[in-house]
Amino acid sequence: MTREPVVLGIETSCDETGIGIVRGRTLLANVISSSMDEHARYGGVVPEVAARAHLEAINPALEAAFAEAGIGFAELDAIAVTSGPGLSGALMVGVGAAKALAVATGKPLYAVNHLVGHVGADVLDAEPLEYPTVALLVSGGHTSLLVVRDLVGDVELLGETIDDAAGEAFDKVARILGLPYPGGPQIDRAAVGGDPTAIRFPRGLMLPKDLERHRYDFSFSGLKTAVARWVEKAQDAGEEVPVADVAASFREAVVDVLLTKAFRACADLGIPRLLLGGGVVANARVREAAAERAAAQGVQLRIPPLALCTDNGAMIAALGAQLVAAGHRPSGLGFGADSTLPVTEIQVDELAAPA
Amino acid sequence: MLLAIDTSAGTSVAVVEGDLVLAERSTEDTMRHAEVIGEMIAAVLDEAGVDPSRLDEVVAGMGPGPFTGLRVGIAAARAFALGIGRPLTPAVSHDAVALDEWSAGTRGPLLVVTDARRRELYWSSYDLGSDAVSRTDGPGLCRPDELPYPDVERIDATQVSAGALGRAALIRRAAGLPVEYTEPLYLRSPDVTVPGARKRVTR
Ligand SMILES: [Zn+2]
Repeated sequence: MTREPVVLGIETSCDETGIGIVRGRTLLANVISSSMDEHARYGGVVPEVAARAHLEAINPALEAAFAEAGIGFAELDAIAVTSGPGLSGALMVGVGAAKALAVATGKPLYAVNHLVGHVGADVLDAEPLEYPTVALLVSGGHTSLLVVRDLVGDVELLGETIDDAAGEAFDKVARILGLPYPGGPQIDRAAVGGDPTAIRFPRGLMLPKDLERHRYDFSFSGLKTAVARWVEKAQDAGEEVPVADVAASFREAVVDVLLTKAFRACADLGIPRLLLGGGVVANARVREAAAERAAAQGVQLRIPPLALCTDNGAMIAALGAQLVAAGHRPSGLGFGADSTLPVTEIQVDELAAPA
Repeated sequence: MLLAIDTSAGTSVAVVEGDLVLAERSTEDTMRHAEVIGEMIAAVLDEAGVDPSRLDEVVAGMGPGPFTGLRVGIAAARAFALGIGRPLTPAVSHDAVALDEWSAGTRGPLLVVTDARRRELYWSSYDLGSDAVSRTDGPGLCRPDELPYPDVERIDATQVSAGALGRAALIRRAAGLPVEYTEPLYLRSPDVTVPGARKRVTR
């Protein structure tokens, strides 16, 4: 293909209905419809509520994206859709819609990996990725550390959370502190003026004995419990809980573990490049601390614009466009929603070349 | 000519023209809606020898049906309609079962029942007249021992035919009846509870 492929991306793995359109590495449209507000009263994403919202949002989001891009279905070269990982009922809405749209328009369909899509977001309106690169992807649904040797051919999982995702820990600690959902921005706000060194909360899987088996894995469940204990102890003693200090100290513990492990991977593997993605990257302290460490360690840091960090369809379209440009064949129509799709499966069900 | 899709029970897809079903594919598998939907749509279009651009509309079975599977067909039908730039016509899935019974010669009152999972049933009652089928009550959701119209002939359907669904939608329109339900008929709220007070971790 001599000109850059125009690709539609459909993302429904969690609580954002994301529709994006790209031309090669150029972003043409990025429409996101979030059901976050509907989950607020439950204190976390409710899969059935998210799936219902996807069904209501997907066609209006498709229409809005084509209007934003100023093109029609006829101009598309391909359609890409998230096959997994994610919430299966939510994924199925996008998979069903994408397959029908592909048959209706006669366009080839690419079923892709959500996590690799987060890395793909970073090629949009930016310099091409340099390989290899380490990627840290942190959201309410995942906390994963990857090494990307080729976006469309070689992605390896170094480690991931063994319990809660980092974003979940923010939500749970916000609740402990009596703050609403979602917790990330609430903790950020509460931490203003707080002392991040006031309380030394535990760092999960950082002890020498843990590092043998879980060098690049994460654990945030113990941290959440430690915060709850600390707060209850203060309350039992009749003391006023220093919310700013607790929020700042908790956030510092999360940021410390995330970045220590990510930069350690860069050092261990001799890769002076780190890419951040996922909704937690919206957290100002994460970006600030990452920039400091990157400068100190001589690592080149890449962070996509925030609208491309949270779950979105443009990142799925971007990955699809890279697959098309690299000559990958489309996926068949028989793939499903795979809630635990491993990161090594960048594209699902690629058709065999004709004999 | 129309494409009809129903995933309220298994998955069924058909191309319908007037009262003729040109091609139909169905499976009773209730676990693989997302996997089979694309291939089944492609297969019926191929078998009918119809290019998508020749379709006038898409008919979607809105249920009643259990959440996850039902959504796959509605999402597919809505997206397909958008893709070909044609209107979507929502239809009640049980109407297809009643029409199939009527076509097979059944007359009189009929209760259509489908599995709603979680030990509950979906039901709709019909009157199969000499020249028309009319829904007289429902669709509803209840426990098996609470089913209404116990004296009426009952049919427990494990499949909803998309061909019959498309025909039922056309018959309904020809009779001047309006579209009733534009949103999925889950007939059930999401299974969630608002969290109560947080539990202490220390005793
Ligand atoms: Zn994500």
